[in-house]
Amino acid sequence: MQIYVCVKHVPDSAANITILDKSRIDENVTFLLNPYDEHAITEAVRIRDTFQESEVIAVCIGKDDAEKTIRSALAMGADRGLLVSSNDDHDSIETARVLKAAIERTGEPALIFTGKESIDAEGMQTMFRLGALFDFPVATNVIKIDVDETRAVIDSELSGGNVNTYELSLPCVVGAGRGLNTPKYPTFPDIVKSRKKTVKKFIFADLNIEPSKASMSIVELEPLKQARSPKEITGDASIVAQKILTILKEEAKVI
Amino acid sequence: MENIGIIIETDNGKIKETNFGMITLARDNKAETETELFAFVMDADVKVLKEDLESFGITKIVDISLAKEQQNNPVVRAKALINVIKEFNINTLFGLSTAMGKDLLPRIAAMLDAPLVMDCINVDLEQNFAKTSQYSGKTIATIKLSGDVLLFGIRPNTVAPVNIQIKTQTLAEMLKFDGEEFVSSSLRVVKSGETDKNININLAEADVIIAGGRGIQNRENFVILSQCAEKLNAAVGASRVAVDSGWVPYSMQVGQTGEKVSPKVYIACGISGSIQHFAGMKTSGIVIAINIDENAAIMSNCDYYVKADALNIILELTKLFNNG
Ligand SMILES: Cc1cc2nc3c(=O)[nH]c(=O)nc-3n(C[C@H](O)[C@H](O)[C@H](O)COP(=O)(O)OP(=O)(O)OC[C@H]3O[C@@H](n4cnc5c(N)ncnc54)[C@H](O)[C@@H]3O)c2cc1C
Ligand SMILES: Nc1ncnc2c1ncn2[C@@H]1O[C@H](COP(=O)(O)O)[C@@H](O)[C@H]1O
Repeated sequence: MQIYVCVKHVPDSAANITILDKSRIDENVTFLLNPYDEHAITEAVRIRDTFQESEVIAVCIGKDDAEKTIRSALAMGADRGLLVSSNDDHDSIETARVLKAAIERTGEPALIFTGKESIDAEGMQTMFRLGALFDFPVATNVIKIDVDETRAVIDSELSGGNVNTYELSLPCVVGAGRGLNTPKYPTFPDIVKSRKKTVKKFIFADLNIEPSKASMSIVELEPLKQARSPKEITGDASIVAQKILTILKEEAKVI
Repeated sequence: MENIGIIIETDNGKIKETNFGMITLARDNKAETETELFAFVMDADVKVLKEDLESFGITKIVDISLAKEQQNNPVVRAKALINVIKEFNINTLFGLSTAMGKDLLPRIAAMLDAPLVMDCINVDLEQNFAKTSQYSGKTIATIKLSGDVLLFGIRPNTVAPVNIQIKTQTLAEMLKFDGEEFVSSSLRVVKSGETDKNININLAEADVIIAGGRGIQNRENFVILSQCAEKLNAAVGASRVAVDSGWVPYSMQVGQTGEKVSPKVYIACGISGSIQHFAGMKTSGIVIAINIDENAAIMSNCDYYVKADALNIILELTKLFNNG
């Protein structure tokens, strides 16, 4: 069985983001494997190890530099990688089409993992678009998954600690949430071993992606300004509590 | 003619407060007077909601009735809404960017191949722009949507609800849509809404959040935060350190890899204010930081700061309520 994991090459969450031309970021920062995709890889590898003759294939659309993220996925246990090389940014409508094209040219997926969200675009939708294009069922924010030959039973986390349990027929698309597992970071031997694994490269233009009428395009990017000017609340604990209560009542009007 | 559809979220048959901010945003965006504001209701008795919806400017209320056993199936819900969109010529769809919305809106967008921006903090329907956070909350992106139907997931609490003057109110037309026929063969609901009893108020929708970090030190001390939160009708949040230490469940985590929240008041107790924590609470109204270290990042990026032991302050706050 083939398990695909979509992995995105994203700026480190701790990086300082500088905006250029009011529309794009200065890419001169550290890029890493999207954190949710780490959970996806870890789970895919776990599932592969319980099925005979199965493999995990990491797929990424990005600039050539994104091969590093595929290498990280290989070091975490994926068997091979696919890089669709493109210098442009794609919205999730197009991204899903490209991911599908790369997957279709490679084999027949039984399971496709994504993260529940990319931390740069924060789109929260690529998994659903991929599922709709393939006509596969989709679940997102998945924190538990059990797979057999024909179906996946998953727990999808809602807020407030609520969980929905769904049964999806295979093939299906699963968006990994953070509660799914604890990612296993590679050891040095894992990294050495992964260097021998193959990454197949596609050129975006060669995939002949059929465009959609619909699109989402960034017209402006600006830093989120923090216009807060902190004021100190002083006094002993009971006075401070009293002052906080006054803020809640009079300024915030929440009680 | 513009037809704006708004998916109404309810809780035990009542409208969740956060819907009213979303309706206000849609209403204040109406370009033309003939714009109709549709409320789509899937889980409640529409008669009970009618007056409230009218008072915020809803002109048509659509009761979408699904077969009982299909009601919790997100695919069935998405299919029904797609048919409602077609039936009523909806060109713009609003829903909340809550856990339910995050599962429903992208399904609809994907099936329609329509553009969607989640977690919008503002929307401009004249230019079809949405504002949302990107890069772990460090930037605000303005995104232009193009397509036949545009979808917006609105971050709860980002727009203050404003109802309209009684004298300009009109009675809403009541409509019904029969969605009993929709089914899903590829996704089946096994169990729905198992609740973790430790958590009662929904983080994303709370007006007040009391959040604890490493400075809260253990699970027992988090109970003290919960007791105060209960008095304040607040939700309890946590930093990743508190979650990773096993003091509270992951669903309470605020931040880049947790919940993104915009409460009116965020009280950060023993939280240093890392970039990743800020990513989840930056858009809060008033931020109050309680920390023993006045050099902690959060102390210079808040509205009020207290240099003190967080538990002491919280205990005092609870006491004030106990004494009435
Ligand atoms: C990819 C990635 C994703 C992440 N996602 C998130 C996320 O979603 N959410 C998140 O929160 N973090 C996230 N983190 C972790 C983040 O970097 C920080 O490690 C974390 O936020 C720190 O938590 P903290 O503030 O509780 O702990 P610390 O940074 O250790 O701060 C504890 C604070 O408590 C104060 N203190 C101690 N005792 C007391 C007392 N008695 N009273 C008052 N104050 C006291 C200390 O002065 C200190 O300022 C992420 C990290 C990475 C790499
Ligand atoms: N360029 C990309 N290459 C590979 N996977 C991607 C890409 N963009 C998005 N994804 C996948 O889709 C998930 C959700 O992304 P998003 O819809 O942007 O929040 C990510 O966690 C990835 O698994």
